[in-house]
Amino acid sequence: MILYLPIAEVSVNAFVLLGLGGLIGFLSGMFGVGGGFLITPLLMMIGVPPGVAVATGANQVVASSISGALAQFKRRAVDLPMGAVLTGGGLAGSTLGGYVFDLMSRLGQTDVFVQLSYVLFLGFIGTMMLVESINSLRRTGKAQIRRSHVHSWVHRMPFKMKFRASGLYISVIPPLLVGAAVGFLSAIMGVGGGFVMVPAMIYLLGMPTKVVVGTSLFQITFVTGYTTLVHAVTHHTVDMMLALLLIIGGVIGAQIGARVGVRLKAEQLRILLSLLVLAVAVKIGFDLLLTPAELYSVTRVAL
Amino acid sequence: MKGWLLALCLMALPAHGEEIVSGVSQSGVSITTNFDGASILVYGAALRDAPAPAWPLMEVIITVEGPATPLVIRKKDHVAGIWLNRGSVKITAAPSFYAVASTKAVGDILLPAEDAKYHITIPQTIDAAAAPSADQTPYIEALQRIRQASGSFVLAPDSVLLLRQALFRTDISLPANLVEGPYKVRIFLTRGGAVVDMQESQIDVQKAGVERTLYRLAMEQPLIYGLLSLLMAMVAGWGAQELFKRLRI
Repeated sequence: MILYLPIAEVSVNAFVLLGLGGLIGFLSGMFGVGGGFLITPLLMMIGVPPGVAVATGANQVVASSISGALAQFKRRAVDLPMGAVLTGGGLAGSTLGGYVFDLMSRLGQTDVFVQLSYVLFLGFIGTMMLVESINSLRRTGKAQIRRSHVHSWVHRMPFKMKFRASGLYISVIPPLLVGAAVGFLSAIMGVGGGFVMVPAMIYLLGMPTKVVVGTSLFQITFVTGYTTLVHAVTHHTVDMMLALLLIIGGVIGAQIGARVGVRLKAEQLRILLSLLVLAVAVKIGFDLLLTPAELYSVTRVAL
Repeated sequence: MKGWLLALCLMALPAHGEEIVSGVSQSGVSITTNFDGASILVYGAALRDAPAPAWPLMEVIITVEGPATPLVIRKKDHVAGIWLNRGSVKITAAPSFYAVASTKAVGDILLPAEDAKYHITIPQTIDAAAAPSADQTPYIEALQRIRQASGSFVLAPDSVLLLRQALFRTDISLPANLVEGPYKVRIFLTRGGAVVDMQESQIDVQKAGVERTLYRLAMEQPLIYGLLSLLMAMVAGWGAQELFKRLRI
């Protein structure tokens, strides 16, 4: 079934979009990531203009993460105060990222900038996660002591706050910075940022794994919602028709993903997610390194 | 004396005495939800006050031109191991769609001077910001190459059917990724490379139905549109959550 998208101004097969949404939703429910890092490149691959892909991807992430966040909320796996602090940082970071994105498009380097960010961030995070989870899988045989209090620089900062669900009493500055970094990435890469936030919450903030997924989904819902609004108002690039199809596929996928995710061990989940993240990084990295088939590109500009 | 004058008039006539009568299969194209491109039929005939001259033969060129937009063409270069955009050329206006259908290769039936006057071939329709210099040529060639590959620029020599040096017709297919606006249809009759007559008509390409409503809302009330998109996302997300809860019980 061919469908004409009013804002993207291209015709695509509706079932391709439903399937795409389903796949992203499945991953979103399973790993607690928004799936934006997959949806933006995939949409561009099927011919959707990059601007529309980024903005509509953000809109789709809102739906998939809200259904995921609600599922986690019912399971009491959301640290609300922590989520609020992360969201505050996220909105600031997203605004800053918007300025940087505009600067890059004025310089004509948007695509390379986006590609490089993808390769660097996904490559770094993916490798880190893979190494860490393989190590922890190896350790599982032996008795493992989990220290609840590891005092580091995080604990010496001012403005301490109690995060009961996470069992933490730390300064609000690290979560604010983590939130801001994620919001920044959301604006420049069109991603929710779960793939950065989840490891940051575990390794940097020391949050227990059981509240990490729910809390990151909570922050992603708000920050991508904000990003969607900003894109709709300033660039008119949110395609509701495209978003609707991705969402229908996505919400179904998310529910299935959440059920599959519960059955897998945290380490297994992290290995799978890190492999996926690395695969995307490698694919985009090759595009940067290999001689392109067409050296020239045409961009329609505003009057 | 009178007979001689009449003969003179008749001889002079063919240059000006051939006129196009033509039609287009539709006056508008509606882009609806299941729009997947359209095909338009352009047909017509040459009306003459006198018999057609035997030589040079009449040829027909038909062009369809979509709304022009400004563009930037960028070229990637190998910098420090990766491919970066380096050079760029600004184009003040290039048609978003352009098709040239003709009875023979346009170069054989149109003089360059006439092409420059009527802007018929694709390069003639592209306005570079500055006068095209040697540097810009590869960029403009790349624009034509990319647009031809995507179906936005169509070159169709030998696609106009000409019967008895009078009746002509051609089909021009419009791709799915059309830009809204007036599409200009021009028909040229040429003899010996010179344009004998030209006729212009217009096809309006417009979004219709849901497509139109959404597009207008997104452009005119972006905040409301953005909030609606969010609302839809939240309702769909929450709705699915509720639905699955019911299904489980």
